[in-house]
Amino acid sequence: MRIELSRRPDPSPVARALAPVFAAVLVFALGAVIVYLMGKSPSQVFYAYIVYPLSDAWGLEQIIAKATPLALIAVGLSYCARANLWNIGAEGQYTMGAIFGGWLAIHTHGTDAGYWVWPTMLVLGALGGMLWGLVPALLKTRYNVNEILSSLMLVYVVQQLLDYLGRGPWRDPQGRNMPNSAIFDGNAIIPSMIDGTSVHYETLIALLVVLISAVVFSRTVFGYRIRLTGDAPRAAHFAGYDNRTTTLIVFAISGALAGLAGIAEISGTNHQILAEIRTGYGFTSIIVAFLGRLNPIGILFASLVLSLSVIGGQNAQLMVKLPYDLTSTFQGLLLMFILAADAMVSYRLHIFRGKGRSHAV
Amino acid sequence: MSGSFGIPSRSLKTCLAALAVSVVAAGPALAQEKLKVGFVYVGPIGDYGYSYQHEMGRLDVEKKLGDKVETTYLENIPEDDCERAIEQLARSGHKLIFTTSFGFMDPTIRVAQKFPDVKFEHATGFKRADNVATYAAKFNDGRYITGIIAGKMTKSNIIGYIGAFPIPEVVSGINAYYLGAKSVNPDVKIKVVWAGTWYDPTKEADAAKALLDQGVDVLAQHTDSPAPLQAAEARGKLGFGQATDMKNFAPKAQLTAIIDNWGDYYVERTQLLLDGKWKSEDTWFGIDKNMIIMGEYANMPDDVKKLAREAEEKIRTHALDPFQCPLKNQAGEDIKCEGGDRLSDDQVRSMNYFVEGIDEKVPQ
Repeated sequence: MRIELSRRPDPSPVARALAPVFAAVLVFALGAVIVYLMGKSPSQVFYAYIVYPLSDAWGLEQIIAKATPLALIAVGLSYCARANLWNIGAEGQYTMGAIFGGWLAIHTHGTDAGYWVWPTMLVLGALGGMLWGLVPALLKTRYNVNEILSSLMLVYVVQQLLDYLGRGPWRDPQGRNMPNSAIFDGNAIIPSMIDGTSVHYETLIALLVVLISAVVFSRTVFGYRIRLTGDAPRAAHFAGYDNRTTTLIVFAISGALAGLAGIAEISGTNHQILAEIRTGYGFTSIIVAFLGRLNPIGILFASLVLSLSVIGGQNAQLMVKLPYDLTSTFQGLLLMFILAADAMVSYRLHIFRGKGRSHAV
Repeated sequence: MSGSFGIPSRSLKTCLAALAVSVVAAGPALAQEKLKVGFVYVGPIGDYGYSYQHEMGRLDVEKKLGDKVETTYLENIPEDDCERAIEQLARSGHKLIFTTSFGFMDPTIRVAQKFPDVKFEHATGFKRADNVATYAAKFNDGRYITGIIAGKMTKSNIIGYIGAFPIPEVVSGINAYYLGAKSVNPDVKIKVVWAGTWYDPTKEADAAKALLDQGVDVLAQHTDSPAPLQAAEARGKLGFGQATDMKNFAPKAQLTAIIDNWGDYYVERTQLLLDGKWKSEDTWFGIDKNMIIMGEYANMPDDVKKLAREAEEKIRTHALDPFQCPLKNQAGEDIKCEGGDRLSDDQVRSMNYFVEGIDEKVPQ
């Protein structure tokens, strides 16, 4: 037996729109089988996973809070990906943002510096992420270094820097040598948008970024330039666009947004510098960007879905005692099925049985 | 279709039918009258080390108080995203929550402020509140005994130690291990490698190999997986089980194991809450109260076993302490002895220096 894919000449827009829904239904069905075979009730798992978090105010708040950094970073990544550039290093730009912004928090600690501290931290965070994002871009434009490798490897470099700062110069003097900074002053913490919730102003910024990027991609010359550079670099060149400049700009935007997310999480969620960042938002966002098909509005939904899968997964551990491994399996299944469904919309599957007879599916 | 999943079609149909029926009947989980007790683990319970051992403690609570309490856990919770998990437990009706990793400290305190009726217990930290207690085990009791064994068993006179992070819990453990070894072998040298992680079998194994390459023949570890011990086993060298009995992973290499026994404590604290007598305090038990249990002494001659057992008994009765004075720091100065003939608990729990004789530096 042999399987081949051939590109569909005109993929149906209806099929494209319904593909994720179809994939989700398949995952639910397969998930129900797995859960049933484990001796749990599929309906209870479905309730704990999907219904409960969405029907509970705190659950919604947590979903939004967790989706925020994912959306912010993923929209940034879509600038690069649309230009056919692979920024795998958002995690590093995120970390650099945390370091740049964190620097101000540490240096104004205990000085009662004023209300300007946290907005300035956000600016610094974006700057840090941007500078770190420009490194692979410059290496690419100057020396033609593969940006996939350089951006990824720079993640580990900045992680070592954070590790050094967290357990070295920025360590909490009262912290018994533990690898984290002191808790930030109130001025260095992003305020909540709604009092008492964990949804802070990063969410507002993320929404604005989504809307602005949607307009940039669909309605501006710059958006067209990015796409042209990605789809037909030679044509872009003949159109008078300098592809190197485009490369630098999209990496700068991408890095800045990742850095902004980094400092916003440190300031708004952790309230301190930890020597290690384990949430991995920078890597998860790559998935979010592609699930959202590099479209800002799509990314917004994808970030909410991914966030729901994490929160729902923890909820399922609590309410129906589903093991962690199973909840991460579900996330994996969801991603695989959505990508496969997308592929099926764009490509036709041919299965050759025996001597070359083909069945189109 | 059913064949491709390896599931008989009948059970698939039953399953789908069950799904259809149960979707209609879907509702909130059954109302509970039992006390709900929650646990948050930093690693997967399948780490066969630190988190696994806390999970054993949770199962003890289920076994002994299962008719009065219901327990749940969240595993593999990153330190920088744990506040949500802790709050999720508090919101879902858990009245006693054990947060079992050092990095959960500040988030535990923050959630505790929001939920004054919920009791929290944070492992290995030092911040308390009216509804937050702390607990930790005197791992050093075990470290000292493993040090004695290492000092006797090493042929190269170089013993090794894999540390996770240079925090007091780990630094004092290295000192205790070294002091135990030096008490029976004045020529012994110790080498330290920092893995930079609590749980990462690959990195832990790399750290082990680095030490073995430097001539280390007895390995101790303060990271959570059996990987370093397995690396020692593969090279025909020796080591110790960490947090849990790892002899199944390294039957020839494991000399003994320092086993964390959280079950008694978890049962006791849960019972106190059931009786309305719970209060915030700091617990630091060792071999004396069975919070630390030594594994079977194996792969060593009888005289070494005897030495180890004697030390264990002396530590149990407080006749011996890992940090018996006089002690000197690396600069050769006397360390102030605030606990009578030994260092005080506070001194040990904030220890950020190595003692005299260790050539390594604590990363600053």
